[in-house]
Amino acid sequence: MSRKNHHRTAARRPAQAPIFAALGDQTRLSLVTKLSDGQARSITQLADGYKLTRQAITKHLRVLEKAGLVRSIHSGRESLFDFDPKPVKEIKDYLNFVSEQWEQSLQQLKLFVEE
Amino acid sequence: MNNRIENRIELKAPVSRVWRALTDHREFGEWFRVKLEGPFTPGEIARGRITYPGYEHLKWEVAIKEMIPEKLFSFTWHPYAVDPEIDYSDETPTLVEFRLEETATGTLLVLTESGFDKIPSRRCLEAFRMNEGGWTEQMKNIENHVTQKSSQNCG
Repeated sequence: MSRKNHHRTAARRPAQAPIFAALGDQTRLSLVTKLSDGQARSITQLADGYKLTRQAITKHLRVLEKAGLVRSIHSGRESLFDFDPKPVKEIKDYLNFVSEQWEQSLQQLKLFVEE
Repeated sequence: MNNRIENRIELKAPVSRVWRALTDHREFGEWFRVKLEGPFTPGEIARGRITYPGYEHLKWEVAIKEMIPEKLFSFTWHPYAVDPEIDYSDETPTLVEFRLEETATGTLLVLTESGFDKIPSRRCLEAFRMNEGGWTEQMKNIENHVTQKSSQNCG
């Protein structure tokens, strides 16, 4: 009955999704919020309303891009950014899934201690 | 974004009873459906095998953290690590905490699981697969089957 564990190296794994880390910053969170209406925007449009330089905004956008939360689209000479809802939805669904499993287990516990 | 789970449930049983059901490895195994090799000891790994029908080939392993009598029981694990072909050991585990509080009618059990920020996105896909594979479905069937008196589930 012993199954051999396939030791896969971390390098062969898909990259971890640093979604929470990417969103754990006020500026990035508000950039994502801004983009979550589905509208693609340029850096200039995105920088509007922040006291940050374009470079600083660009840096934040790159972090979000790396986490898969935003995509950059080239439109002429300009880079546009838009929101990719998939990773957030995946994480949310995953947490819901784990929570649901616990709910089931706790129901079993309830039956067990109340009998 | 929230990276933890919290489930609360009211149990009509004294704290001491719930504590035993959580920390006695045989009792834990009964409701969690896992056959454990030995008792839970803080700082040690508890190993066993899933007894849930259809999943008996799966190993179950957690690292026991804290056992503060009738207050807190905690362990770390790899949540629902169900693919026997995958070695999960280099993933950062999540922390599961059971907190007990005495109430007028029995015990309030607060379960939290935290540390999901280190879970690879691959695991999310796996969870979908499991979901479709029917683990949840089956659990529901069992629940429907055995649930007559239980209700009052505080999500």
